[in-house]
Amino acid sequence: MIKNLIKLAKRKKPADWLRFLLTWTSALAAIAILLYIVGFILVKGIPHIELSLFSTTYTVENQSLFPALVTTLVMVAMTLLIAVPFGVFSAIYLVEYANRGSKIVRLIRMTTEIIAGIPSIVFGLFGYIFFATWLGWGKSLLAGCFTLAIMILPLIMRTTEESLKSIPDSYREGSFSLGAGKLRTVWRITLPSAAPGIFAGIILAVGRIVGETAALMFTIGNVIQLPNNLFSQGRTLALHVYQLSTTGLYVDKAYATTVILLVVVLFINYLSSAVERRFLQKLR
Amino acid sequence: MTKYSLSSVNLWYHDFQALTDVNIDIDNNEVTAFIGPSGCGKSTLIKSLNRMNDLIEGCRITGEFLLDGEDIYGNIDVNMLRKRVGMVFQKPNPFPMSIYDNVAFGPRTHGIKNRTELDEIVEKSLRDAAIWDECRDRLRKSALSLSGGQQQRLCIARALSVAPEVLLMDEPTSALDPISTGKIEDLINELKREYTIVIVTHNMQQATRISDKTAFFLLGEIIEVGRTEELFTNPKNEKTENYITGRFG
Ligand SMILES: Nc1ncnc2c1ncn2[C@@H]1O[C@H](COP(=O)(O)OP(=O)(O)OP(=O)(O)O)[C@@H](O)[C@H]1O
Ligand SMILES: [Mg+2]
Repeated sequence: MIKNLIKLAKRKKPADWLRFLLTWTSALAAIAILLYIVGFILVKGIPHIELSLFSTTYTVENQSLFPALVTTLVMVAMTLLIAVPFGVFSAIYLVEYANRGSKIVRLIRMTTEIIAGIPSIVFGLFGYIFFATWLGWGKSLLAGCFTLAIMILPLIMRTTEESLKSIPDSYREGSFSLGAGKLRTVWRITLPSAAPGIFAGIILAVGRIVGETAALMFTIGNVIQLPNNLFSQGRTLALHVYQLSTTGLYVDKAYATTVILLVVVLFINYLSSAVERRFLQKLR
Repeated sequence: MTKYSLSSVNLWYHDFQALTDVNIDIDNNEVTAFIGPSGCGKSTLIKSLNRMNDLIEGCRITGEFLLDGEDIYGNIDVNMLRKRVGMVFQKPNPFPMSIYDNVAFGPRTHGIKNRTELDEIVEKSLRDAAIWDECRDRLRKSALSLSGGQQQRLCIARALSVAPEVLLMDEPTSALDPISTGKIEDLINELKREYTIVIVTHNMQQATRISDKTAFFLLGEIIEVGRTEELFTNPKNEKTENYITGRFG
């Protein structure tokens, strides 16, 4: 940065100065806002983190977040388990198999775009009507994770599609020219090369799952307990924070829980990039 | 001996006719060069020899393509055809994996799993492509870490790994420096003892240096085909003469 400054000072063009100023102020502003939010939460939350927050049961006296923490992890795993295979395989079909520009492809793409634009509360209502009521699953982890799966499906599909499309055709040609079939080419050449992009999409999806409240409010129920079967109700951390702060009684606990939520998000991001690195190492 | 025998070949991309009434024989253990100005259909024809055109939407082909007397557009297994007819592309396109895995990909595709057998194939292919000495110590390194010229020789090794009978090369040296080009030309001279080679080139000198037979293309037609010395010293067609003497408009 210092070097750049010196270089700039030598050039002394007003437009350069202006551009320099603009980029640096906006970059600093973005970082400052992030630091402020994180700092605010840490300052407000850390003093209230107690061991009792991690007790296995929630009681009126002790607003333990542990059940919500476990529920969150379970929901992330289950939702990804549904949405990732479905999204990745659909994207593979769209990019590698379907005729580019055919009617079906355009229809599917339009649908996913529309789904991506729907506010999450609408997913919540849909999930409530369809999964909880119509299919009779009741408010449950299962209804919740199917709702979330539909919500993140477009994200997974889009990122997978984009990363598959970014793989140069010359790889595919190389593979075909050796007598490899379509399946082997997709499985061994295209998909591994697209893996980093697909992982990036999954990380974004995890972020949405962990942070989601509106879509879960009507679908997962409100009982605070460790998940014991697919049809039990539950509460994720984000939902828990929401509930704690709206009642107005446990604002301190809400901040403490938010700190844990932050840690969880960071941990999941770290985990997925570690998985990605392992995966890429195997490819190299 | 004739390897390929093409007669009355026509090819369309949608409505655009890219090849018109092409007739050519390609002989065993020879190097056949396709020359001609840009857009005249050289790549189109070479790609139809191992049916890479199948991948292009809207591509339609008529005519007879005999490989050892068998119609390659008839009822055959395309993957087996491509195993018999290898291809090297204009831009080196190694897969983003290790050098070893690049070369082993083909044999693995065709069911070879045995470790020692794979090791042997990899070494032999890399030796045949004259790149073994440069990469024997780094077989586990990414193929993308090689230089452009090395990558192209790796791609040749990869093509040789499935023991093809024919090697198609579409401007294999156009992205390379003179030294790498020289190495690949030497290599082609070696390889033609065992393989039938078809090469597209924009470089007249290269065509005279390495090919036995040359076909001159213009606007989707073969204007002239003949022994290379003959065609370059004594072209029968005026257009050929104009092109090879650089007087082409
Ligand atoms: N996929 C395609 N779709 C439509 N037209 C195509 C396609 N590929 C090639 N063509 C057209 O067919 C003609 C022949 O193309 P081809 O690539 O065979 O030329 P070429 O002789 O290899 O040229 P160059 O020397 O520039 O590589 C060109 O007019 C080109 O525009
Ligand atoms: Mg070409």
